Amino acid sequence: MTPETAILCALAVPLGGAALIAAARRNPNLREAVTLGTSVLLFLLVASLAPAVMAGERPSLLLGAVMPGIELVFKLEPLGMLFALVASGLWIVTSVYSIGYMRGNKEHHQTRFYVCFAGALAAAIGIAFAGNLFTLFLFYEALTLVTYPLVTHHGTDESRRAGRLYLGLLVGTSIVFLLVAVIWTWLVAGTMEFTPGGILRGRVSDGAMGALLALYVFGIGKAAVMPVHRWLPAAMVAPTPVSALLHAVAVVKAGVFTVVKIVVYVFGVDAIAGMASVEWLPVVAGFTIIAASIVALRSDNLKRRLAYSTVSQLSYVVLGAAVLMPLSVLGAALHIAAHAFGKITLFFAAGSIYTAAHKTEVSQLDGIGRRMPVTMAAFTVGTLSIIGVPPFIGFLSKWYMLRGALEAQHWFAVAVLFAGTLLSAGYLLPVVYAAFFRREAEQAHHGSHGEAPAPIVIALAISAAGTLLLFFFADSLLDLAGALAGVAS
Amino acid sequence: MTSHLPILQVVVPLIAAPIMVLLRSGPIAWVLAVSVSWAALAIAAGLFVEVADGSLVSYWIGSWPPPYGIEYRIDVVNAFLVLLISLIAAVVIVYSRESVRAEIPRERHYLFYAMYALCLAGLLGIAVTGDAFNLFVFLEVSSLSSYVLIALGRDRRALMAAYQYLILGTIGATCYVIGVGLLYLETGTLNLADMAVRLAQVSGDRPVLAALAFITVGISLKLALFPLHLWLPNAYAYAPSVVTAFLAATATKVSIYVLLRFYFHVFGGSAIFDAQPMAPIWITLSLAAMFIASATAIFQDNVKRLFAYSSVAQIGYMTLGASLGSFTGLTGGIVHLFNHALTKGALFLLLGGIALRVGTIRFDAIGGIGRVMPLTSFGIVLGGLSLIGVPATVGFVSKWYLVLATLERGDWWLAFAIVGSSMLAVVYVWRFVEAAYFREPSAEVARLREAPLSMLVPAWLMVLACVYFGLDTQLTLGGAGAAAAELLRGRQ
Repeated sequence: MTPETAILCALAVPLGGAALIAAARRNPNLREAVTLGTSVLLFLLVASLAPAVMAGERPSLLLGAVMPGIELVFKLEPLGMLFALVASGLWIVTSVYSIGYMRGNKEHHQTRFYVCFAGALAAAIGIAFAGNLFTLFLFYEALTLVTYPLVTHHGTDESRRAGRLYLGLLVGTSIVFLLVAVIWTWLVAGTMEFTPGGILRGRVSDGAMGALLALYVFGIGKAAVMPVHRWLPAAMVAPTPVSALLHAVAVVKAGVFTVVKIVVYVFGVDAIAGMASVEWLPVVAGFTIIAASIVALRSDNLKRRLAYSTVSQLSYVVLGAAVLMPLSVLGAALHIAAHAFGKITLFFAAGSIYTAAHKTEVSQLDGIGRRMPVTMAAFTVGTLSIIGVPPFIGFLSKWYMLRGALEAQHWFAVAVLFAGTLLSAGYLLPVVYAAFFRREAEQAHHGSHGEAPAPIVIALAISAAGTLLLFFFADSLLDLAGALAGVAS
Repeated sequence: MTSHLPILQVVVPLIAAPIMVLLRSGPIAWVLAVSVSWAALAIAAGLFVEVADGSLVSYWIGSWPPPYGIEYRIDVVNAFLVLLISLIAAVVIVYSRESVRAEIPRERHYLFYAMYALCLAGLLGIAVTGDAFNLFVFLEVSSLSSYVLIALGRDRRALMAAYQYLILGTIGATCYVIGVGLLYLETGTLNLADMAVRLAQVSGDRPVLAALAFITVGISLKLALFPLHLWLPNAYAYAPSVVTAFLAATATKVSIYVLLRFYFHVFGGSAIFDAQPMAPIWITLSLAAMFIASATAIFQDNVKRLFAYSSVAQIGYMTLGASLGSFTGLTGGIVHLFNHALTKGALFLLLGGIALRVGTIRFDAIGGIGRVMPLTSFGIVLGGLSLIGVPATVGFVSKWYLVLATLERGDWWLAFAIVGSSMLAVVYVWRFVEAAYFREPSAEVARLREAPLSMLVPAWLMVLACVYFGLDTQLTLGGAGAAAAELLRGRQ
């Protein structure tokens, strides 16, 4: 298969899968088989493209011009490859998990759920492979719209309100800021292609560069930089598989991926390094890291705590890119993968607790580690990876970001990295402590529940193992991230 | 034969109307209406191909040479418009059969189709004629027939709406004809092209200025420029579904064409036009339309009225594009004229399906409609996305060009105004989404079926066109760009 065909198939497979899932709606077993088959096929397709990209090739696929000079085009590069690998790989695990979760909780509208999930993956792959700003914007909007039915899955008043916030903030920021930024870029640069070294160098004044960066960063609401982060905790009303894959991996990572991609390929790291008008970005990212961590510390609801933790962790990626050093950019790219594995494990565990014990608050989890040892062991692994303890993948990404910040002598970033690490330990470790070292409260009616259904346990064990294995087999991840940073340097 | 295309464009539907009245049969009238609409589309396509390269077709009625006789003059500007009108007509007429049967008493069916044919003839006539007074005649033909069409609505308020439109429409037409009279006094000609040439040499500027004012106000009434839009929401809300779809997609667009023709071609050569602060006035009114009408749309409880106010807002985008005065802006305005016609046509056709099944389209009556009429509802959501301007729909193409045009001028606040007002569209479109998908269907709604295929297919054709022309803009942007270039040629 040529790379061009593989790109086209990677986009078409999840869409075709969505159609087949809809067609198999009367037979749940067949429907879930289609979901699993599609996710495996997608991962194989994406993985088949990886060697070429690592070898330095940049295969591309042109689908045609939408407007004069504005093309629908896909072009592979290391960062997109990394994002696509993470999203499609974790989709397989999430599909296994979803089967256990959706059946275990007897959720309604399961067909719609799986159809939209497949659609979301198609959009995520489109974002990952986008060759220019227009293509990226198209799939970025598509991802928001296709995940809206997932966020509002329960159809209650609460989910409707959450849906309004979700749509209002994500569509609002993208139309009002991101679209204007894209059109402005097109106007001054005359091109929208992602180009190593950037396309804006020498075309706009320093001040305009800063304004344009602000339009991008706050226009990409999916990156959840404060103050446009509110949609993410609101989206937690969705079923847990959605929170896990979409709001810890596909959607939010699409946001920070876009930020990194634009900093590297539109602005160019060298072009804006040392420019006074862009120095606000590390400050905003640092503020988000600290502030979101503090909110997480104070949240009793487990999913809400994890959501604010995600807001905080996403800004690590933005901070890594904003430090504008090759090593920190490498760390930022790596953190996209590292946080994905760690946080999906934590969400899987939260959903597992909900399915087996119907508990949602941290204060209800005393002693639950004895009833659900695998779930809570996985939770512990996820926690350690998020904090950045070796030998988990979370350590590597923070290590590179820290080295980048030290090399740049960016003391603010260094301080934020340390403080953020302490805070993340502060909001995650108490959960682990309560689960294993506290005694189950007398009045808590746990009934006789044990572990969650097998698919859930299998899925969270795999993702927890992933954080460990990635640390030891990080070569290909490092190659990809290094290729990006090499471009950046 | 092909040399007579310009006149055939108008005469074919015009002659069909009296035949329908003579035959007095609904089914035959429908067959005739379908044939003339499709014939009009074929003729329009032929004309468009002929002038697409920038050439000009001049047809002399009765072989009297202009400026003495009436000239039909087709360039790429009106060829593009004629193509749009007949495209919409060809789709709408197929749809009309089921809808008319449900909404209009049987004995009036033939009258409906006759009025429809007249209205089509009038709109096409306005577009093809090169004569200012002939234009007035066609303006009246289309207006009078549309008053009747609106009054045929089931709701008794349709009569009131038609009456309101009649009064305001007549004032508009009168203003227009006074303006034309003044121009005739000054130039001694009614031929638009000739008028443009002579106007440049006129010395006294006061009558010309008065003519400009009268024509501006008259046409602005017909195109429902804010704040002269008061007739539109009621007319659209209470007219029969087919009529709303047809008029919303064509009538205001034709008026915008007339305005562009006068501003850029007739007055374009005149120094008076450049001396007036026309652009600021138009930009202000366009912005007012975009924001006030959109905000009003949010608070409507009738879905048709909601989209009617949205039309007033969208007209603001078109006039905004035109008043930016640049090639990009004008292209954006004209392409939005095309794109919005498709979008609103699709939306009103789909709403007609709901009106047929539910009987009313108030928000409180259509709760949960997404479950019982999934195709119709999903089509409305797609149309709504196009109104918002989501990429891969036609609305995005328009917005791209409009924002680009404002950024070219360095007008930041205008760029943010355009994207900001589309957030209001998100709000009113999502009112439908929440009503259709988040409410439990009532017992009455729950036993309804999906709209009939004869309505769904034409409506979905329009929806798919909204997506197709959002991804392949060769025809739409090509046509709009050529039209903009042709209009701006007159400004030099």
